[in-house]
Amino acid sequence: MKKVGGRLALLVLVVIASLIFFIPSYPPFYQALPGWLKQVLPSKGITLGLDLQGGIHLVMEVDEDRAIEIAVDRAVVSLQDVLVDKKIPVESVARTGPTQVTIQFQDAELKAQIQKLINDYPIFSETESAGSANRLVWELRESEAKRIKDSTINQALETIRNRIDQFGVAEPIVQRQGLKQIVVQLPGVKEPKRARDLIKETALLEFKMLDEDNQPKLDLPARIPKDSEAEILKQFEAKLPIGDQILFERGVDKDTGREYRVPYLVKKRVMLTGDVLSDAQVSIGQFNDPYVSMTFDSKGGQEFERITGDNIKKRMAVVLDNTIYSAPVIQDRITGGRAQITGTFSMQEANDLAIVLRAGALPAPLKIIQDLTVGPSLGKDSIEKGVQATLFAGAMVVVFMIVYYRMSGVIADFALVLNLLCLIGALSALNATLTLPGIAGIVLTIGMGVDSNVLIFERIREELRSGKGVRLAVNGGYDKALLTIVDSHVTTLITGVALFLFGTGPIKGFAVTLCLGIGINLFTALIGTKVIFDLLNQRQKVERLSI
Amino acid sequence: MLEILGKTNFDFMGKRYLAFAFSGIMVLLGIVAIVQISRGAANLGIDFSGGTAVQLKFDQAIRIDEARKVLEANGLDNAELQEFGQDNKLLIRLKASTTIEEKIADRVVAVFAKEFPSNHFVVDSSTEIGPTIGRKLQEDALIAVVISFAGIILYVAARFELRFGIAAALATFHDVLAVLGAFYILDKEITLLVVTALLTLAGYSMTDTVVVFDRIRENLRMRRRESEETIINNAVNQVLSRTIVTSLTVVLVLIPLALAGGEVLHDFSLALLWGVIFGTYSSVFVASPLLLLWPGASGKMLKRSYPESRAR
Repeated sequence: MKKVGGRLALLVLVVIASLIFFIPSYPPFYQALPGWLKQVLPSKGITLGLDLQGGIHLVMEVDEDRAIEIAVDRAVVSLQDVLVDKKIPVESVARTGPTQVTIQFQDAELKAQIQKLINDYPIFSETESAGSANRLVWELRESEAKRIKDSTINQALETIRNRIDQFGVAEPIVQRQGLKQIVVQLPGVKEPKRARDLIKETALLEFKMLDEDNQPKLDLPARIPKDSEAEILKQFEAKLPIGDQILFERGVDKDTGREYRVPYLVKKRVMLTGDVLSDAQVSIGQFNDPYVSMTFDSKGGQEFERITGDNIKKRMAVVLDNTIYSAPVIQDRITGGRAQITGTFSMQEANDLAIVLRAGALPAPLKIIQDLTVGPSLGKDSIEKGVQATLFAGAMVVVFMIVYYRMSGVIADFALVLNLLCLIGALSALNATLTLPGIAGIVLTIGMGVDSNVLIFERIREELRSGKGVRLAVNGGYDKALLTIVDSHVTTLITGVALFLFGTGPIKGFAVTLCLGIGINLFTALIGTKVIFDLLNQRQKVERLSI
Repeated sequence: MLEILGKTNFDFMGKRYLAFAFSGIMVLLGIVAIVQISRGAANLGIDFSGGTAVQLKFDQAIRIDEARKVLEANGLDNAELQEFGQDNKLLIRLKASTTIEEKIADRVVAVFAKEFPSNHFVVDSSTEIGPTIGRKLQEDALIAVVISFAGIILYVAARFELRFGIAAALATFHDVLAVLGAFYILDKEITLLVVTALLTLAGYSMTDTVVVFDRIRENLRMRRRESEETIINNAVNQVLSRTIVTSLTVVLVLIPLALAGGEVLHDFSLALLWGVIFGTYSSVFVASPLLLLWPGASGKMLKRSYPESRAR
């Protein structure tokens, strides 16, 4: 017979290691430990999955096509400015396709002059076949389109990270997934809607001039109800002066509390964008209303000074994501590089606005394609129920084994406890994420864990029936059951691995517990219980085995 | 020595045509379910089909028909409602694969806040899944199924004989299809978790089959003179009690999980529970008789590949 000592030592070692790794997973106990001990012990245990501690899991897709359109639009606006500066009279400059810009002009002699401007816009190439004596067509180069797409997602990642950092979430995950997806995980977030809005907001800040010369001619209504913006846009679409657009300011009626919109005629040309901000903070105004005060960087400050100086007594709109927040009259040249966004918002809205302005604008809108939000109460519920079910299931199996296999059942139950201990220890050591299906995996391990012992015990019974002595029967039982047990475990392991490779989130958690459970199972069944039997046999000659 | 069954001598192999008929029906159901799933006509969970699910926990009980009326009045038609009575929980599912930009979850929450002002609630969970994600998950699930089946067949074929591998794989297919068919007939939602359960039960039902096959292999090598049908039948009888006890222990843990594990795990454990029962049945009534359909090479390969293993 083989020596028991080595295996017994191994068993004790594994139990101790499991306990040590498990300690950080049980915070009430871990926190009570003295400091020096905490330094020696591992500091991280099992993390709870989003489904157990609450939180959000978002998968977003960057609207790449829109990012390209935005880049082309920017070029169009800048080209318009250049043409005005150089006093080249053109009929129109417009984006006429996702990546196409068309310049129309009456005087055919201007063509050569405009053609030369493309040197300042290397992202375009001229499509000669689409042009004519009075028309030039530029097309965004494909290499540029690719570069824009790539930088868009990186910029979006960066921006979202910034925002989440400022929002303050413990252990957030912000990752790129595939070519154009971004995964954001915020465990334990208490206000999911607020967090989601904060991430998703494009936060493109623009300063634009109102077209006060043309506004009276257009006869826009003074106030319209919320959600009727589309009708107004349609109604006035044909009458819009070239280079103008209609934007809305949002407001709340103080008496009725109802939201309304004020339409303004605004020049499309962007005077300044949020890129030049160096800081944004919430301040409280004289009527206790919060507003956001912004500080420009030095270049932005100079620019702002020039713009305000040039437009005294005119109205400038502060536009965020195509909504006007305010449209004050410029009283004087504004020096010192500061500006404010006022409007009707709550303290929290002002706070979030400051965060997104500080973190910068997203390069393109994001589309949420998956959104899993779990409230903290459900998570707590799930843990309670999961633990209850586990204990109950464990009790059923423990009792059954003792009733069916008597003393040997007790040994199998010992293996079961060992099994659970090692599994939790291993999960802690790997800093695995425990999900609700993961708990199910643990419960399943309980059920399958005793199976190996059932196979062994049935074999031992068979050997005993054939008239063998206890020691021979035990050894024979283990030997003969071995291959069956290995075979049956490997088949389950194969599915476990497939689930791990192709599962996401909670499923992966299940696969991890399942695979670990199977491995540990083999260990406890083949070494754990065998050691006990051998010990029993070693002490005295066992005449009858309680099985 | 407590035994559920003593020494048995049932004629399992003789009943094989009856079993084949029953299993044939279950497999057919499963195939219908698969066809319906691929046509999009089955009750697919929103993780596959895309859509919105919101679970609310109310302070007071809420009636399903009232909730439905309120949702319809606010333009949220064909919502599927499910209540979890004891906790005043209501699950609202909308499969409309509209764009997620509309924030249907927020709309649902707003509707209930407006229409039931006196019945306070908290949002337990909300899930919105775009159609592209659903398709990706479907693909991944399919790949996982194919890989695990291929892996199992290869492993069993390598450890036993090819016909054992094929028979075991067919039996496992049978179990998965039967549970899938049962889910389809009962119009239960097929979610990602249910598919996970199906894969797990595939692995587990194989465990059961391996136990029986192992004994068949052993007996085939020892008793050359009896007919293969007798050998197989005896082997099944010899391991019958352990087949039942091993399944019983798993059933014992799955019952509390299904009853008390909470709503998320309910269908998951139910699928596993049925799967274990079908798996036990199929090891005896499907996998073993299938070996008889393909005799021929009986024992030759076994002899070659395991000359020494049982000699100790």
